[in-house]
Amino acid sequence: MTADALLDVRAVTKRFGGFTALDQVDMEVRAGERFGLIGPNGSGKTTMINCISGTLANEGGEIVFKGVKLDGKKPHQRTRLGIARSFQIPKPFRSLTVLENLGIALEFATGTSRSEVQERGMAILETIGLAERARANAGSLTQIDMRKLELARAMATQPELLISDEAMAGLSSTEVDDILDILFKLNEGGITIIMIEHIMRAVMRFSTRIVVLDAGRKIAEGNPDEIVNDPEVERAYLGE
Amino acid sequence: MFSVELLVNALIAGVLLGGFYAAVSLGLTVSFGQLNIVNIAHPAFIILGSYIAYMCNSLWGLDPILTGIIFIPVFFLIGAGAYRLYYESFERKDDEALRGLAFFFGVMFIIEVALIMVYGVDFRTVQASYIGQSWKAGGIGVPTRMFVPFCVAIAMFTAVYLYMSRTFNGRAIKAVAQDRLALQLMGADPVKIKQLGFGISIGTAALAGALLIIIIPVEPSVGRLYIGQVFAIAVLAGLGSIPGTLVAGLILGIAESLVSTFFGPSWAPAVAFGILLAALAFRPQGLFGR
Amino acid sequence: MKWPALKLSPFWLCAAAIAVLGIAVTIFDLFNINTFIFFAGYVVLQYVVLATAWNIMGGYMGYVNFGTAGFFAVGAYASVVLYNLFQAPLALMIPFAGVVCALLGLAMGYLTLRLRGVFFAIATLAMAIVLETLIINWEFVGGATGAYILRSREQAPFGDYIEFLFFVMLLLAIFAVSVARWLELSRTGRGFIAIRDDEIAAECAGVPTLRLKLIATTVSGFLMGVAGAPFALYVSFIEPSSAFNLIYAVNAIAMPMIGGATTWLGPVIGALLLGTVQQVATVTISSELNLLIVGIVLVFFVIVAPEGIVGLLKKWLGGRRDDR
Ligand SMILES: Nc1ncnc2c1ncn2[C@@H]1O[C@H](COP(=O)(O)OP(=O)(O)OP(=O)(O)O)[C@@H](O)[C@H]1O
Ligand SMILES: [Mg+2]
Repeated sequence: MTADALLDVRAVTKRFGGFTALDQVDMEVRAGERFGLIGPNGSGKTTMINCISGTLANEGGEIVFKGVKLDGKKPHQRTRLGIARSFQIPKPFRSLTVLENLGIALEFATGTSRSEVQERGMAILETIGLAERARANAGSLTQIDMRKLELARAMATQPELLISDEAMAGLSSTEVDDILDILFKLNEGGITIIMIEHIMRAVMRFSTRIVVLDAGRKIAEGNPDEIVNDPEVERAYLGE
Repeated sequence: MFSVELLVNALIAGVLLGGFYAAVSLGLTVSFGQLNIVNIAHPAFIILGSYIAYMCNSLWGLDPILTGIIFIPVFFLIGAGAYRLYYESFERKDDEALRGLAFFFGVMFIIEVALIMVYGVDFRTVQASYIGQSWKAGGIGVPTRMFVPFCVAIAMFTAVYLYMSRTFNGRAIKAVAQDRLALQLMGADPVKIKQLGFGISIGTAALAGALLIIIIPVEPSVGRLYIGQVFAIAVLAGLGSIPGTLVAGLILGIAESLVSTFFGPSWAPAVAFGILLAALAFRPQGLFGR
Repeated sequence: MKWPALKLSPFWLCAAAIAVLGIAVTIFDLFNINTFIFFAGYVVLQYVVLATAWNIMGGYMGYVNFGTAGFFAVGAYASVVLYNLFQAPLALMIPFAGVVCALLGLAMGYLTLRLRGVFFAIATLAMAIVLETLIINWEFVGGATGAYILRSREQAPFGDYIEFLFFVMLLLAIFAVSVARWLELSRTGRGFIAIRDDEIAAECAGVPTLRLKLIATTVSGFLMGVAGAPFALYVSFIEPSSAFNLIYAVNAIAMPMIGGATTWLGPVIGALLLGTVQQVATVTISSELNLLIVGIVLVFFVIVAPEGIVGLLKKWLGGRRDDR
């Protein structure tokens, strides 16, 4: 483990019944980094995020964040420690408005008082481009706006580590660029980012370092150039 | 109080009761365990089956088991229709958790009260040649009133088990809650498959109800007592496991029979619920759970 | 900025309505018109408490409790225990019953709330029957045959003892609704809603879901126990089959569903409406038909008007506001 590792995933294993979704995966994310996590469908990316955020318990290995072992910590405790995630399949609080959705995260994760929720929430919605939908019911949003809401709610927890699980799927290329800009800006503000994405153009442009998963195992690690030229990665994506 | 004879009798009664319990819970294993539909009205449908057997028996002297078999298709249709309504009103809107449950609770209540209005709260029984006899060997007896339903229950159990494991539709029912997408890729409509599954689940209630009224007298509100048994078995089995249902049924039957023999029948209702609470607290994935 | 004012007003309206009711009843009392009003009113108010208590778990958080009758009966029998021990006064019975049921709720929640939501529902059903079996076999509180509780005929300054119980239940109803409303407007209440909408997303947004769920079962249990506490005195003869009557569980679900489960106002409207109809119907038509109607109305509402009467009213008012 290097001194500046923010998140250290050591030999993490996750099984679903007899099926091994993650097999002894090691992964280290340094503070301030823009980290890409890629792999074909079903390779275990979301499962990895679930283990990091605590919505699933890993059977083997351990995960350390800021020097704190996360084993046995509940997801909300991890959120308060500074880990935020978005969900690949959006999970908005449907009966609340967009602003109230952020309010939950602001009030519970950061202890923002009720009177400040409005101001802080609107600021985040401005950044993400959802401000005019602030009073709309979250259940009535389009798929694209729901993805933005996912990111906005994650940002509202004031994370040190933000994990974005396919926030850009289905977006047009200008919208992809918009989201990329937001993530770049957040990163400049000091937030470490893990990006999971199938849109290669985006991951390659964004990431400083990339880990590739295939069938639950880590098959490659390196900077975008190295990954693009890795024969193993090519095989995983294109098949034998 | 204690004697070997008493114990053996209690064990035999327990096994016979357990086989019957397994058959009663089979419908719930399908609907709750495999389709993910929490039909708490299932026991109420069973009691409805009992009363239909009673009605045909008292009016026309029809054999209760025969009545049960005749009414399986009718119950199947009721189940398929009920699922359609449930799907359109709740499942499609992602609203099963609160309103879907309340819906079945209301249905249960309506069936119970309707039966009370028609038949009153008296216990009802049926007549058949195999009721009231018993085979004896020494002090050990096997009442045919228990034995015949046990055999029918096992037969129904086997039939459903074979259907679920051997046919395309049966396997689709098992898969529908877990892997909708794969099912769609195979060209099956998940809603139709669930409709079929729920129809089968309610269909078993027609025969299970007939068996129930052969074994013991029935009044409209006993359905609620069976909620405990059927859910205890479905949970203990490991949701959706058909062999597990048989094992869990036998366990519960034996436990209940022992408790009511040695502690008194007034404690029997607590056995199922005690097992259920214990299973939920300590082993929610059940004996055969994933 | 006009929202807070709008949100407050129904509460004060209700408070006013209850005050008016109180005054009206006092006038009835002065002219000594009819104790039946108190007799029936008590039951309606008891349902206000039960429906409000149920709604904290069910409506706000989406966790269905089928065991309302169990909590209610434990509350009632807790009073019987105190009475049998040292003829405790009602003022002691109520908090005692509340605490016993709060602990029961906490234990239930602790056992099942870490599992899928539906297991909680099934477990509550199971719990009610286990408890009934225990009470049936417990001779100290009368077992299956039941127990008599002697109450004084009169209680100054109310006159008839039933009138006194009516006012006690009125206070309990106001208390229950205030607790529910306070929760609803608090951060905790907003956490409840997040849990109802998506529990995993709530956890990840920093909501301590298990703790909030335990708070809800405890508070809800407390209120149900409190509603049951005076029951033995009200009927003066208590037996398991009446205390554990399924009608409590059905009404506790039906009333919020019919009134509208997302606000404190829903269960109040549902209980006042359905409770009153039932009280009138038991006198005028058969009680079975009356029960059948409850079941049908429940099913009808969950299918056709998922937001209940409050939802319909909102839609209607909202529609009108758009017209202007
Ligand atoms: N709760 C679960 N139960 C059983 N199997 C699961 C569960 N969650 C994921 N899996 C399985 O684990 C494997 C990895 O899934 P995961 O969602 O992590 O993949 P992914 O890399 O995120 O894929 P995608 O790019 O499609 O999002 C898949 O085969 C999936 O079917
Ligand atoms: Mg994924």
